[in-house]
Amino acid sequence: MKPFDYVRPATVTEAIAAAAQPGAVYLAAGTNLLDLMKGNISRPDRLVDVTHLGGLDGIERLADGGLRIGALVRNADLAHDADFARSYPAVAEALLSGASAQLRNAATVGGNLLQRTRCAYFYDTASRCNKRDAGSGCDARHGENRSHAVLGWSEHCIATHPSDFCVPLVALDAVVEIEGRNGRREIALEALHRLPGDAPERESALEPGDLIVAVRLPPVASGFAAHARYLKVRERTSYAFAMVSAAAALRIESGKIIEARLALGGVAAKPWRARGAEDVLRGVAPTADAFQEAGWRALTDAKPSGDNAFKIELARRIVVRALALAAAGTPARLPALPASPFASTTGAIHA
Amino acid sequence: MPELNLTSAPAHLRHGSNIGQPLTRRDGVLKVTGQATYAADNHPPGMLFAVMAVAGISRGRVVSLDVAAAKRHRGVVDVMTPDHKPPLAIDPEIKTSPFVFRMEVLQSHEVRYANQPIAVVIAETLEAATEGAVLLAPRYESLPALVGLDAGESFVPPAVGVGNPTENHRGDVEAGLASAEKQIDAVYETPPQYHNAMEPHAIVAHWDGDKLSVDMPTQGLRLSLARIAELFGIAHDKIHIRSPFLGGGFGSKGFLAGPQTLGIMAAKLVGRPVKLVLRREQMYGPVGHRAPTRQRLRIGADGEGRLTALDHHARTVSSTFDDFYEPAADASHTLYAAPAIRTSHDAVRVNTGTPLFMRAPGEATGSIALESAIDEMAWACGMDPLAFRLKNYAEREPISGKPFSSKALRACYEQGAARFGWAKRSLQPRQMRDDAGLLVGWGMGTATFPALMFQAEARAAIRRDGSGVMEIGAHDMGQGAWTALAQIAADAVGLDIDRVTFKSGTSDLPDAGIAGGSAHTATAGAAIHSAGAAVIAKLADLATNDGRSPLFGAGNAGVIARDGRLIRRDDESRSESYAEILARAGVAEVEARGTGVPNPAAMEEYAMHAHGAVFAEVKVDPELGQIRVSRMVGAFAAGRIVNPRMVQSQLFGGMIWGLSFALHEEAITDRRTGRIMNANLGEYHVPVNADVPPLDVVTVEEHDPHVNALGIKGVGEIGITGSAGAVANAVWHATGVRVRRFPIKIDDLLTQP
Ligand SMILES: Cc1cc2nc3c(=O)[nH]c(=O)nc-3n(C[C@H](O)[C@H](O)[C@H](O)COP(=O)(O)OP(=O)(O)OC[C@H]3O[C@@H](n4cnc5c(N)ncnc54)[C@H](O)[C@@H]3O)c2cc1C
Ligand code: SF4
Repeated sequence: MKPFDYVRPATVTEAIAAAAQPGAVYLAAGTNLLDLMKGNISRPDRLVDVTHLGGLDGIERLADGGLRIGALVRNADLAHDADFARSYPAVAEALLSGASAQLRNAATVGGNLLQRTRCAYFYDTASRCNKRDAGSGCDARHGENRSHAVLGWSEHCIATHPSDFCVPLVALDAVVEIEGRNGRREIALEALHRLPGDAPERESALEPGDLIVAVRLPPVASGFAAHARYLKVRERTSYAFAMVSAAAALRIESGKIIEARLALGGVAAKPWRARGAEDVLRGVAPTADAFQEAGWRALTDAKPSGDNAFKIELARRIVVRALALAAAGTPARLPALPASPFASTTGAIHA
Repeated sequence: MPELNLTSAPAHLRHGSNIGQPLTRRDGVLKVTGQATYAADNHPPGMLFAVMAVAGISRGRVVSLDVAAAKRHRGVVDVMTPDHKPPLAIDPEIKTSPFVFRMEVLQSHEVRYANQPIAVVIAETLEAATEGAVLLAPRYESLPALVGLDAGESFVPPAVGVGNPTENHRGDVEAGLASAEKQIDAVYETPPQYHNAMEPHAIVAHWDGDKLSVDMPTQGLRLSLARIAELFGIAHDKIHIRSPFLGGGFGSKGFLAGPQTLGIMAAKLVGRPVKLVLRREQMYGPVGHRAPTRQRLRIGADGEGRLTALDHHARTVSSTFDDFYEPAADASHTLYAAPAIRTSHDAVRVNTGTPLFMRAPGEATGSIALESAIDEMAWACGMDPLAFRLKNYAEREPISGKPFSSKALRACYEQGAARFGWAKRSLQPRQMRDDAGLLVGWGMGTATFPALMFQAEARAAIRRDGSGVMEIGAHDMGQGAWTALAQIAADAVGLDIDRVTFKSGTSDLPDAGIAGGSAHTATAGAAIHSAGAAVIAKLADLATNDGRSPLFGAGNAGVIARDGRLIRRDDESRSESYAEILARAGVAEVEARGTGVPNPAAMEEYAMHAHGAVFAEVKVDPELGQIRVSRMVGAFAAGRIVNPRMVQSQLFGGMIWGLSFALHEEAITDRRTGRIMNANLGEYHVPVNADVPPLDVVTVEEHDPHVNALGIKGVGEIGITGSAGAVANAVWHATGVRVRRFPIKIDDLLTQP
């Protein structure tokens, strides 16, 4: 392994100063970063360990009815917070469908947002990858790309963002609070991740030294609690990234959808908000036809980036199903196999 | 030292009740408390760490390595390259026996496959060695890689598996097909798969002058020892290998691997002990794998559903520099009574590490194709798949015409089907749904695996205090040899298991052969049994020839050894303890050796196989195509069951492997570069707990007087066969979509609205 410095700042200000140096990166639980370092994909000079910073691990109900989640809250702790799961069931379901229990116990909110793509060519240092090595080329484009992007990709990069957590968050208009060299600012989560364009190495809107300190859910987000689901199709029952996933959240009154939220995972370099489909659903009855229509609308811009045309059809079907599940109502308890098509199977074992 | 072998009428009987008991693993506590030392847990004083640099291309040459940069890195001690390495005594390209495979040990700059070792960095720490390997920054001259089943001109290899004929036939296949009322002609594909033992290949090598001490996991202590001896030009007795525990091997630890040889070379180069452990991704190359196959099956049946012909052709691959051919089509030799059978193979060469035996080599790949095809044929005949199999039940081995030494397959079908509730299956596919609306499908497959025997030797002793010793250089890969063989040892010397010191797992003990072919318990067990017989015979001689013994004169009648006593066979009131016999004779111990060997006469006369029937239920999301196995029942007949608990675990493991074969495992190979793109356990999928349904294993009573003295058939591999096909067939039954390319994927099932 490349030798590196390890610093453990006492305050956010110190952390930002330390991380703003070239070659420095933040270290949270390290479940992604350390793997990348061991595989020689990331070669940082300095790790700025943020896990000892105070005040970033709380889940705070805000006066306006919103919620503020500290960047260091562990994925498992958040998902198992009873209030949280009741108010934002699709988010809890997404969290619990990710990785494994061990990883969720360690992984942090901030780290989950900023986890890197799982593109095999990004991980394989013998391959060319524009993300890893800007301008070197993209070996995935004509390679084994069955699970790559079908939306928002470019010739320079066809990778997807792998987070489950981000998908319902982006549907619920989550906001990211950032501390940087120039103080605090916030941006919509939807604006955090960048599409590749001609600079896939630039993955987020963050500037050097920027530290995510919290994720905020606006007051309206809990208004979807009665009709919110996350659905994730994957190639084994648990412990696999999404082939395609969807978060669907509805507000239904008097048999009509007042407001719909829909986002897709595993299809693009960012969690993909499907606003067109949301528009289709506004004011209509929650019927199979309406969901079909939404499914078509959500994928109108999709195109295969390789051997992955099936993902477009799969995504449509997932949208339809996720909406139907949401319309049917959030289950009283999180299913034993969260977000799984087998969630309702009786006798399910753990995930 | 006279050797006694078993006869069917032994002079002396031994009674014990250790065999057949479901003992828990005797090494279980050591393992769960972390006290079991695996190879990589050894840290002799002064030890250095070695890390391999591996090829990023799969064909070409290494033209430069920045050795200076690596050496400049703090902690790096030396860098071993083709230009700087200790000499070997023989060229490792020379195949000195059929069980010698070529290995890449820095003999040239040529690259033959991706992940081939191209240098070894030796350093004070693992981190320094790892970074040193990165700093080598190899540059290559690259040639177009040969990848996949159509990579080049195909050829017919001289043999497949271990010396199996490439082609076999009986009867006239073309005539059989021509006369058939129903025919199927289908092509199935299986992907490359990697053993992925939990424990990576490792070695800790320590030279002391011309003596070599080695810790490494191996399934073949003596073969490894012989290979080390010839490669390094040292005498066998100068080498000591310890391999008390393996974290799985599955065939990939059968032979000394190239990287292990590199560890020994590195230790020699620097004159200090060296540890070399493969990284997970480095296991996708130099330590073997299961080659991909493309199998065409043509089957014919008459109007009653009786097979008229079975033609099974398999295409596979080998490396560009050595030969191992997955004997996939051979799976069609034994199960179904077609009057005409032909099996054949061809191959292409690709830039890959040489394929190798991988748990049920040939049987696993062949079985999923054969069982799928039989299922397709049953459907074509409008018959229930079990009824179809029963209709074509082979009373004699179809390819050879030999009778079976034993075959309780009918009972397996019956008991398995009853447990599963098979009778309620709908004939038509896509008929069954569960409460949640998921498609439900039921499928079955027949399991079979040959009952093999290799050669082994054991040494038994009875000590002055009446306790016993059994020594055999056997291998516990996790399957439970420490326990099962100790059970056999205890009965072999007529003692309770706790009164027998069972020594195993090192190369200075008698040769136990190789732990492979599901034959280790049978082979090592036979040697142990026979060594026990020999030592008891010696003890009996001491007693029956001594006028002071109550057993005096019992020589012809014989004695029974039981519970540490010899008892006159014709008069149980006359007995004497082992300790008394030895004390009076004034000897510290008696010892004897025994061997376990195959019986060529029986092999000539009989076909010897274990059998089983596996039933699977899957659920499939009708729109989304995600699959989950919800239930599996396997009924197996495998001769004598030495330890039911361990046998059950082996069969569970095999069935899970079969599920994995059908639905998960695949090394995704870049078609341009030949690099494996999912060389890690995050992306090379094997089932996780949530994928493994409740499993039900039944072992069917079976007595086989011919396979070996103990009647053991072996259970290590059979569980995969049948299971993979059962799952695949259940997916068809659930969906009506026949997928012939494995593993079955979501996209395969999206074809239906
Ligand atoms: C085998 C495996 C399977 C997985 N499966 C899934 C899955 O199915 N679904 C899923 O969603 N995820 C999955 N994951 C990914 C997992 O969710 C992430 O690894 C985890 O969330 C990262 O969190 P962390 O705290 O460990 O981040 P780290 O690894 O510490 O950091 C990740 C990145 O975020 C940066 N970072 C961390 N915190 C901050 C901050 N506060 N401000 C700015 N930058 C920051 C780091 O610099 C680094 O670049 C899997 C991971 C593994 C290893
Ligand atoms: S898809 Fe993106 S991440 Fe993958 S190889 Fe291409 S540039 Fe790299």
